[in-house]
Amino acid sequence: MGKFCSMKKVVKKDGKEVVVCDDIRSYLLEELQEIQEKEGFISDENMQKTADKFKIHPVEVYSVVTFYSFLTIEKKGRNVIRVSSCMPCEMKGSEGIVEVFEKKLGIKCGETTDDGNFTLEKTSCIGMCDKAPAVLVNDELVGPVEIGDVDKILDRLK
Amino acid sequence: MSKREGPVIFSEIKPLTGLRKALEMSGEAVLEVIKSSNLKGRGGAGFPTGLKWGFAASDSDEHKYVVCNADEGEPGTFKDRVLLSEYPLLMLEGMVIAGYVIGADRGYVYLRGEYKGLKKELERVISEMRENKALGEDILGKKGFNFDIEIKMGAGAYICGEETALIESMEGQRGEPRNRPPFPVNTGFLGFPTVVNNVETMSVVPHILVKGADWFKAIGTEKSAGTKILSVSGDCVKPGVYEVPFGMTVEEVLKMVGAEDTKAVQVGGASGVCVGKDEFGREISFEDLPTGGSFIILNSGRNLLDMVKNFLEFFNEESCGQCTPCREGVPVLIEGLELIKKEECNERYLKDLFSLCETLQCSSKCGLGQSAPNAFVSVLDKFKDEYKLSTKIKKETVFNGQ
Ligand SMILES: Cc1cc2nc3c(=O)[nH]c(=O)nc-3n(C[C@H](O)[C@H](O)[C@H](O)COP(=O)(O)O)c2cc1C
Ligand code: FES
Repeated sequence: MGKFCSMKKVVKKDGKEVVVCDDIRSYLLEELQEIQEKEGFISDENMQKTADKFKIHPVEVYSVVTFYSFLTIEKKGRNVIRVSSCMPCEMKGSEGIVEVFEKKLGIKCGETTDDGNFTLEKTSCIGMCDKAPAVLVNDELVGPVEIGDVDKILDRLK
Repeated sequence: MSKREGPVIFSEIKPLTGLRKALEMSGEAVLEVIKSSNLKGRGGAGFPTGLKWGFAASDSDEHKYVVCNADEGEPGTFKDRVLLSEYPLLMLEGMVIAGYVIGADRGYVYLRGEYKGLKKELERVISEMRENKALGEDILGKKGFNFDIEIKMGAGAYICGEETALIESMEGQRGEPRNRPPFPVNTGFLGFPTVVNNVETMSVVPHILVKGADWFKAIGTEKSAGTKILSVSGDCVKPGVYEVPFGMTVEEVLKMVGAEDTKAVQVGGASGVCVGKDEFGREISFEDLPTGGSFIILNSGRNLLDMVKNFLEFFNEESCGQCTPCREGVPVLIEGLELIKKEECNERYLKDLFSLCETLQCSSKCGLGQSAPNAFVSVLDKFKDEYKLSTKIKKETVFNGQ
């Protein structure tokens, strides 16, 4: 927990002296993001471990995990492909891109390939509308994606 | 430094000159400059930045925070992505100046999960600032002024762009908006006074300090000083990011980006409004057509009802589910829209749907629910040629199950 409490000091609040460190709890999301990245999901066991570490109830961890779309309780593929399905991307043919991904991967949107290599999802706007249709490939923003680019994207990750 | 061109943010400025200038003055004097510049928030709500900083500055708590809202999630908006990747120093410099004014020693950039790819470069700029003494202790030689910046990552939730939800998320909670008041300027991150500003707002600040409030006010309109960065997408030759002075008309923007045969423009993203040809003379400004910058252009071949459906599905997906009007209302609007598309909705039911929209607008807890019906209302109200009502009285004339 070295990174926790990077700053600590005594300050006055409403006339009383209180110790402020950047409260441990505020690093919960970061901790969960790290687990998600390493494991591809947040298992019951990891929720319990995290809860112990942060001295909170596992249900609280669960409630946080289920709120955020990038944190999941189901195992995701090693690579997550998120196709933006917001209006600007839809206008430029994002549906067609989704279909090509589905065909090439042999799965439906929202599913993970049997070998655990790919998860395909639709997502809200990813801030690439000037390069629509756009795809978030793991952490990388890619666009505009043409039908012929799908193979290239997948080959790079295989 | 400038690769792009524009009157304010994209205009020439030397690195850290804004911060240097600020540190030559007292915090109060800097605040006066920002106040007199009439700078208003660029994140959507348009709250006067000087006023916001003033509230935080005058709070008696010793410990305060500065937060930069880089959660850009409004569909059709991508200008913060460009600012973060091409002009990161401007925003960070703005944050240090904010810290100096309000008396904070800590700043956070709340970066949306989708932009994780930008984090590394941002961190590099931050450590470069530390090396140059623009962050850390006794900043640029100013004794006793300490400030540092850290990045916090979002995890894929649009609602976390709302400032109180953002603070909840920073605290490691579900990103559900808080009741306001109290406002973040008094009770923000961990209960301490916190100034939350958009990336674009922060990036304007160094320019104002270097070039002066009068220079800034001379750009734009009387009530809307400065410029707005637009995110233009959809049916046009040159989609992209443009910095334009307030007061530019929709028509002028369309011409600039090479849009022909335009039927409508959705201004302000999913929570914005749809304007048709008869309104293309309207000006981008806080007093006429306010916008966070999203400009989605639709040509005559597009179906506006499809757009409304796309947006409603977006809100349905992104609603935090905390309040009833928003959680339950949006699905009813989606069903209603389906009926309209099938020409099975009659006038009476449409009236009911409009009144439901009003309910959402006035009784949802946060801006998401309040603005979710905007596109629905503006399209169905203004573009009557886009759909046909049914003349039959059907059982759908009463709300399902009510
Ligand atoms: C649903 C919702 C989403 C929002 N998303 C953002 C956002 O992505 N970025 C942003 O800067 N402001 C967003 N805001 C506005 C913020 O609440 C806040 O007003 C803003 O960050 C203040 O900064 P400014 O004064 O510089 O505009 C959102 C508001 C609502 C209601
Ligand atoms: S709508 Fe696809 S990136 Fe914005």
